Amino acid sequence: MKKVFSRPKCLKPAPFHYCPGCGHSIIHRLVAELIDEMGLQGKAICIPPAGCAVLAYNYFDIDVCESAHGRGCAIATGFKRALPDRFVFTYQGDGDMAAIGTAETIHAANRGELITSIFVNNAVYGMTGGQMAPTTMLGQKTTTSPFGRRSKVEGYPLKITDLIAQLDGAAYVARTSVGTPAKILATKKALKKAFEVQLEGLGYTLVEVLSPCPTNWKMTPVDAFKYLQERMEKEYPLQVFKDITAQKKED
Amino acid sequence: MAAKGKITIDQGLCKSCELCITVCPEKAIRIAETFNHRGYHPAEFVLETCRGCSLCATMCPEVAIEVYRG
Repeated sequence: MKKVFSRPKCLKPAPFHYCPGCGHSIIHRLVAELIDEMGLQGKAICIPPAGCAVLAYNYFDIDVCESAHGRGCAIATGFKRALPDRFVFTYQGDGDMAAIGTAETIHAANRGELITSIFVNNAVYGMTGGQMAPTTMLGQKTTTSPFGRRSKVEGYPLKITDLIAQLDGAAYVARTSVGTPAKILATKKALKKAFEVQLEGLGYTLVEVLSPCPTNWKMTPVDAFKYLQERMEKEYPLQVFKDITAQKKED
Repeated sequence: MAAKGKITIDQGLCKSCELCITVCPEKAIRIAETFNHRGYHPAEFVLETCRGCSLCATMCPEVAIEVYRG
């Protein structure tokens, strides 16, 4: 029999530290598969966040530079400007990108930096124990919103991907999910598109990936994937917000 | 009829999230009664019906599954 699916080469054979049913490791695998397929291993630089994915350097067999909390896009800007032939991407969570790193992210996008951001949105602060994040949905219970998030007290969920899509510097902005195998393959397609747009030098690219956090949602992995599809994908609809390559074709 | 596909599960990596079981159209995977070294009941492959569709491997968060088809 022929082997049709195996571990990507640039994903080290280390066991993941993530909780059972975590979406991070699925996204790690997709990124590693794309780096293999596109032959980027020698020139890829990953900027992991502070958050659950802080140990990404244990898994990716590529160059990695850890950033201070939220400053991924600023560090990536430096790398890409100093080494313009490299492929630079940040891998950030919702606390990193949409809370402490909002300024860096929005200004990097507005400058049209030639980097890719992979934004993993699981609607809670995962690593610190499930506190409310800017992306927490109304009514969602977390340790710091034990009766559910209320708009009058804690405000509304921050849809940063929608905001970035308005900026002229952004070239490709999309939101995907890891809810089902089909959606995982769609996520891979979106990531591939974002990588290609960066390599063509067209502008800033962002892919938001909705991902479950079974531990902090206090659910089994199977229930968390159901909640992701039934609740979170309704709050954060899956779509391509902006794709300037499609617009160019129309022109 | 002989199986069209087969998978191998690295039971040391498995964390018993059961996602592979929910996506398998042939019900060819189940949870083992034994423990792995981390204390999880790993997924195990039940031969016969697998057709090598790779849905389990696409879903597996631990990249513990390899798929063969032929």
